Amino acid sequence: MNMPNSLLFVGLPYAAMLLFLVGTIQRYRSRGFKVSSLSSQFLEGKSLFWGTVPFHWGILVVFFGHLTAFLIPRTILAWNGDPLRLFILQVTAFSFGLSILVGLSALLYRRLTNVRVRMVTNRMDLILELLLLVQVVLGLWIALGYRWGSSWFASDLSPYLMSLFAGDPNIVAVSAMPLPIKFHVIGAWLLVGIFPFTRLVHVMVAPLHYIARPYQVVMWNWDRKAIRDPRTPWTKTRPRNN
Amino acid sequence: MDIRAQVSMVFHLDKCIGCHTCSVACKNIWTDRKGAEYQWWNNVETKPGTGYPGKWEDQEIYKGGWVRDAKGRIRLKGAGKSKGLFNIFHNPNFPTVEDYYEPFTYNYLNLIEAPPGDDQPTARPISMITGEPIDVKMGPNWDDDLGGSADYARNDPNLAELTPAEQEAMFQLERMAFFYLPRICNHCLNPACVASCPSGAIYKRGEDGIVLINQKVCRAWRMCVTACPYKKTYYNWHTGKSEKCILCYPRMEAGYAPACMHSCVGRIRYIGVLLYDADRIEAVASADEKDLIDRQLDILMNPFDDAVIASAKANGIPDSTIKAAQNSPAYKFIKEWGMALPLHPEFRTLPMLWYVPPLLPVMASVMPTDGAQKGKLNEMAKTWTDNWLYDTSTDELWGTVEQTRFPLKYLASLFSAGNTAPVSDRLKKLMAVRIYRRWKTVGDIPESKMAQALRDTGLTQEAAEGIFYLTALAKFNDRFVIPAAHREQAMEMLEFTGDVKGNSGFGFREKAERGM
Ligand code: SF4
Ligand code: SF4
Repeated sequence: MNMPNSLLFVGLPYAAMLLFLVGTIQRYRSRGFKVSSLSSQFLEGKSLFWGTVPFHWGILVVFFGHLTAFLIPRTILAWNGDPLRLFILQVTAFSFGLSILVGLSALLYRRLTNVRVRMVTNRMDLILELLLLVQVVLGLWIALGYRWGSSWFASDLSPYLMSLFAGDPNIVAVSAMPLPIKFHVIGAWLLVGIFPFTRLVHVMVAPLHYIARPYQVVMWNWDRKAIRDPRTPWTKTRPRNN
Repeated sequence: MDIRAQVSMVFHLDKCIGCHTCSVACKNIWTDRKGAEYQWWNNVETKPGTGYPGKWEDQEIYKGGWVRDAKGRIRLKGAGKSKGLFNIFHNPNFPTVEDYYEPFTYNYLNLIEAPPGDDQPTARPISMITGEPIDVKMGPNWDDDLGGSADYARNDPNLAELTPAEQEAMFQLERMAFFYLPRICNHCLNPACVASCPSGAIYKRGEDGIVLINQKVCRAWRMCVTACPYKKTYYNWHTGKSEKCILCYPRMEAGYAPACMHSCVGRIRYIGVLLYDADRIEAVASADEKDLIDRQLDILMNPFDDAVIASAKANGIPDSTIKAAQNSPAYKFIKEWGMALPLHPEFRTLPMLWYVPPLLPVMASVMPTDGAQKGKLNEMAKTWTDNWLYDTSTDELWGTVEQTRFPLKYLASLFSAGNTAPVSDRLKKLMAVRIYRRWKTVGDIPESKMAQALRDTGLTQEAAEGIFYLTALAKFNDRFVIPAAHREQAMEMLEFTGDVKGNSGFGFREKAERGM
C-alpha cells in the first residue's frame, strides 16, 4: 500500500464523509435559509429546459444505478449473467450518462453566456458544474473503454466501498484500477466533500413529503385544543408559528 | 360547522381614481429590495387591458387555479402532487422576467459626471438585474389609462366572451370607457398557492385568514407562481424565495389598516372580519360554475347566530374578533346587501377580496335625445350644442343597465364567470341607491319610482341609507374594522414568551437540561 493511494482512497474518502456530515448539518442549522438551489428560471426559462431536464433525469438514474450496484452487488451480477441483460443495462446507463453530458453542457453554456444568469452565479456553482462535467466525461470514457462496468463495479469497487464503511479499508482492487477509473473515484469523493458548500444541498430538502400532505395548510398560532385542555400546562404548549 | 375568521376586503370600484398611491405605499414598505423590484403585491390595472403580468387572466397561458374534472372533483390546473413533482426541475408554466418587465433605474450620475462635450449628457436606463444599459420595453403601469389601445385593451382576455361586433362597439371612440382594477392577493379560502407548494411553506392563518409564505421553508420550487391564477406570488430572483402580499400582518396585528388600504386616496377600500365555515370549503370550490358565487356566499356565516358564535369560540376565536365580525363593513357589502363580487370566481380559489362592480362606465351612455332632458339641466351643464347627451336619465329604471356602453358580458367575465345576472343585480342595487338618494335630496323623482327601485332590488330604505353612508361618508373607523391581535398573542406570533419566563429575577443563564 503506497502513500498516494492510501491518501486518495482512504484519507480523502473519510475526510469527505466527515465534511459532508458536519458541513451539511451545520449548514442546515446555521444557514437554513440558504439550503436550496437558487433557481434562475425566472431570469431565463427556455434554454434552461434543454439543460436541466436531461441533466436531472440522467443524474437521477445514474446515481441510483451506482447506489444499487453498491448496495446489492450480487443481484446486479446475477442480472448481468445473461449477456443480453448486461447489454441492456449498459446501454441504458450509457444513454442516461449522455443525457447528463448534454444537459450539463447546456447548463454550463447558459450560465457562462447569459448575462442575467451570470448575476446569480457564484464561484461554487462553476466549480461544481466543472467537477460534474469532468465526472461525466470520465464516466462515459470508462463505460466505452473499460467494458461492462456494471459487473466490475459490483465485484471490485463495491467491496472497496463496503470496506470503507466497515472501517477496515481495503484498497487493493481500487489501487489496481486504470487511471480514468481512479480519477472518477477521486472525483466522486471530492463531490461528496464539497456537497455542503454548493447548491447540491437542495437534494437534502427534496419535497417528497408533499405526496403525503393534505393540499391545504392552515396554521393556528395556538393549538386550539391543547390550550383548552387543563392537563397541559401552558408553558408546554408552544404557539405553532415559532 | 368549523368556524374560522377571515379579514376580508371590499374594493368599491366606482371610487377608484387610479392614482396608484396604494401601489407606492406597498412598494415603499415591502418590495423596494433587490430581487423584489418587479414585484407589485398591490397593482392597479386599467380595464379593458392585459394587466400585470401580461394577460394573467388567460389560464391557457399561465395554467393557474383549479379545474373541475368530469367526476366533479377539483385539481390544480398547472401544479399539484404529480404535475408539480414531475416538473420540479423545470416548471413549464413558469412566467419569466419577460412576462413582467426587466426592472430598471437610470444612470443619473452621468448627468453630473459626464465629461464636457457637444451633447447634453443623458441618464440612460440601466437594468437592475445586470447593471447593463437596456432598452426599456415594459415597465410598471405601462398600460395605464390605455383603455382603447390596440396593444393592451384589445388583448384583454375577457373580450373572448364578447362577439366581434360587441368588441368593436366597445372601442368606438364615443363609447370608449375604462375603469381601474386594483389588485392584491385575495387571501383565498381555497388557495391554489398553498396547495401547490411542495415544501409546505405556504399556509393560511386560522385566526385571520392571511396567506403567508414561510421564507425559511420555501426552497425555490416555484410552483406557487404557476398555481396562483391571480399571479400574486412572485419569485425573488435574488433570494431564491417566493414572496407575496402579507396583508401588512404586522400592522393588522396591531389593529392598523394595511398600508395600501390606509393610504387609499379614493377611500375605495374596506376591511372587516368574516366568519366562514371551513368544513364546506372543498364542496363549495367544486360547485357548478354558475353556482360558485352563491355557494361561496353561503359559507360566510351570520356573526349574530348563536351556533356560529359558539363554534367560533370553540375554535379559540376571541370575543373581540367576533364583535368585529358583527361590525364588519365587508359582511355588509358582501353578504347583507349583496353588493360585491369576487374576481374571476371560475378559478375556484374562493377569493376573499370582493369588488363592488363599477356602475359609472356601465351606466353612462351617450345617446341622441329630443332635447327635453337637457332642458332640465342647470345652465352650467349645457355645454353641448347638439342633441347628444351624456345620459344618466332614470326615466326607464333599468334600461340603461341592460343596454350599456360597457357590455355587461365584459363585467360578467371578470366578476361572475360569464354569468350576467349577478353583475346586473349588483349594478341595479347601485342604481337603486342613487335613485333613492336623488329622491331624498334633489326630489325630482317621484316616491313611487324610488320605492319601485328599492323593491325591484330587494333593498330597504335603511339598507340604501347604509350603503350610501359606507360608500360616500364612511370615516376611517367605519371602513376598517380590524380586531387587533391581543397584545400578548401578537407577541407570541413572533416569539414564545414561555422561553423567557423566569429569566428575569432568579433565573439561569444556561439551560439546566443535560444531554443533547
Ligand atoms: S390570490 Fe393567489 S397568492 Fe393569494 S391566496 Fe389566492 S392563490 Fe394564494
Ligand atoms: S389608492 Fe385607492 S383610489 Fe388610488 S389607485 Fe389605489 S385603490 Fe384606486
